[in-house]
Amino acid sequence: MPKAKRRRLTAATIAATLGATALAACGSDDDGDAEAGPAELTYWSWAPGMDKVVDIWNKGPGREEQIKVTVKKQAQGDELVTKILTAHKAGKAPDLVQAEYQTVPTLVSNDVLADISGEVGGVQEKFEDTVWQQTTLGTDAVYALPQDVAPLMFYYREDLFEQYDLDVPETWEQFADTARELKQKAPDKDLTTFSATDSGLFAGLAQQAGAEWWTTEGDSWKVGIDAPATHRVADFWGGLVEEDVIDNEPMYTPAWNKALNTGKQIAWVSAVWAPGVLPTVAPDTEGKWAMAPLPQWEAGEQTTGSWGGSSVGVTTDSDHPEAAAKFVTWLNTDPEAVAALAAEGGIYPAATAAQTTGAFDQPPAYFANQADFYDRATEIAKTTAPSAWGPNVNVAYNSFKDAFSAAAKSGDKDEFTAAVRTVQQDTVADLKKQGFEVAP
Amino acid sequence: MRPARRPAYGVKGAPYAFLVPAALLFALFFALPIGYAAWLSLHRVEVKGLGLGSGAREEVWAGLSNYTDALTDAELLHGALRVLGYGAIVVPVMLGLALTFALMLDHERVRFAPATRLAIFLPYAIPGVVAALLWGFLYLPEVSPLHYGLDRAGLPQPDLLDGGSLYLALSNIAVWGGTGFNMIVIYTALRAIPAEVHEAAKLDGCTPLQTALRIKVPMVAPALVLTFFFSIIATLQVFNEPTTLMPLTNGISTTWSPLMKVHRDAFAENDIYSASATAVVIAFVTLTLSFGFLRTVNRRTRQEEAAR
Repeated sequence: MPKAKRRRLTAATIAATLGATALAACGSDDDGDAEAGPAELTYWSWAPGMDKVVDIWNKGPGREEQIKVTVKKQAQGDELVTKILTAHKAGKAPDLVQAEYQTVPTLVSNDVLADISGEVGGVQEKFEDTVWQQTTLGTDAVYALPQDVAPLMFYYREDLFEQYDLDVPETWEQFADTARELKQKAPDKDLTTFSATDSGLFAGLAQQAGAEWWTTEGDSWKVGIDAPATHRVADFWGGLVEEDVIDNEPMYTPAWNKALNTGKQIAWVSAVWAPGVLPTVAPDTEGKWAMAPLPQWEAGEQTTGSWGGSSVGVTTDSDHPEAAAKFVTWLNTDPEAVAALAAEGGIYPAATAAQTTGAFDQPPAYFANQADFYDRATEIAKTTAPSAWGPNVNVAYNSFKDAFSAAAKSGDKDEFTAAVRTVQQDTVADLKKQGFEVAP
Repeated sequence: MRPARRPAYGVKGAPYAFLVPAALLFALFFALPIGYAAWLSLHRVEVKGLGLGSGAREEVWAGLSNYTDALTDAELLHGALRVLGYGAIVVPVMLGLALTFALMLDHERVRFAPATRLAIFLPYAIPGVVAALLWGFLYLPEVSPLHYGLDRAGLPQPDLLDGGSLYLALSNIAVWGGTGFNMIVIYTALRAIPAEVHEAAKLDGCTPLQTALRIKVPMVAPALVLTFFFSIIATLQVFNEPTTLMPLTNGISTTWSPLMKVHRDAFAENDIYSASATAVVIAFVTLTLSFGFLRTVNRRTRQEEAAR
């Protein structure tokens, strides 16, 4: 019945027209695999300064190989994923795309990213295992090469911590005590805020606590959001909001910018890219911030999560997958390329060797007071816990925003617990709706 | 050549020839996209196994399941109720203000009419997103001069982006932006009233207020109906303001209004199938409500005419 009924009315005409374009594009995949060049590739990326890095390729190695790459600047976020999926549907996806790690399973599941394991032999050792695993999804295939990593860290106002005689927290318990102590000493100030609009930060904190939100069991997905590790994080932040010792309003609002700039909030749990954000958010406090490792659940541990980070993949629509793979390998592992990425785009590279190159000798300008900023960052990056992404992270993230916004508003710790369950239910329901098998 | 036959042929075919461009544009940019949306809404994606790699996803016939999902979705219903609540504030306040301003501007002894008219109309020229951002700044306690003033005066500072006051905050943006446009429509209708009607009213001893309420308002009723009709449609499609304010507050969810849910499903969750179904439902409800209103109004006018 389904197939017969599909062809009906005028809809059939439209379907036929659209289908034809898709089919035509599918057939053109396996053309030029013998040689990499000559080829002209398009690359969708949102990294600032990427055109300059690509220029180095086009004038140097790319010229020799006759592989020319053109960057098309994109906006970051969920909408780029939709844009790629739509382009792929029409068979017109670019040869190369930048993809945040958590979107890789979605893109693979939609058959957008090609397996380039045959073309990128030997690069695995250049990355941490926990990073590499996000682009292979634990299989033998390689769907993308890591570009940047974003380990979580603790940023604080060094001067105000001194003024209020606060210790830099090493555990989350101390973090809570610091929040209380500050509230006592300066009732109009907050240590930080719980932001319900930043699903990625919460996911990173859960990752640190050992949560694995998506795993596979045979042929089915297992969703582990409603698990002790996530609840530990949710209870912790819910408790602080309930006690009213931290703020509960979202980050990245004019109000939050002002709070950071005026010292109303004196700390920020963020990632290694924070030095790129703080100058615009809190321009008046340059040189007053310092970075420390993320507080730990158990004293003496060293683990962190991540908030963002991205990879670059070759699409199945590309007519020149070999050439594209060659470029991706150069872009993310070649010392000159990675140094340029750091200098032009301010990104923190995933390739471990690149983290200690000359580009990172000096601390970021905003953190001129902390000379060993990048040495510490490198140490912290090594302690990143494994992450476990699935094919509908976007659904979980949206559910998180709605459920945790309501919880944060209520200021009730129990609501945070309930919100974790809601996110789990929404995520499982969506997987089932799409036809995935879901392990109980 | 037989020139005699050609005109005959041309005259017969002319209407169709003239229709072709319009029909073509209508088909390409209206009927076809709607048809495609309807087609999408009857399908869904079926994943096999882990859903990784090529051929793991297939588009299959879904029947009406997307529609039953949309119609039984509690969140969509709540969104619709929120929008109704919002509309119950926006439409009467906006049209009330627009009518009042129009009547005041139409008064013969009003001064600075052109400048005032422009001042009231100007917010309409500001894009909805910009207006929402602008007001968002004024609503956020930490950066708002309003809250600063209240704080200085020792008065309580309300959270405008939460609970019941959120409706007022959102309505305020719509009223601020929409009043001017509606005022111009009503005002234009007022100017079209023949001068002798005014004179007759004055001779009969009507006060300006009586003229306004008993003569002008009934005579611009068609313009009021039109603005009401437009306002209902605009209200049901509210999207810009809540979407822009959403990241600023915990009070607005990603599915606050039905259109926001469509946008989220299609562009954040990549489920264009159920988004299409929801969009079709919204279009249907909007059409029913707006045309239902028009029919009721028309029927009443006809009855009144018959009664006379």
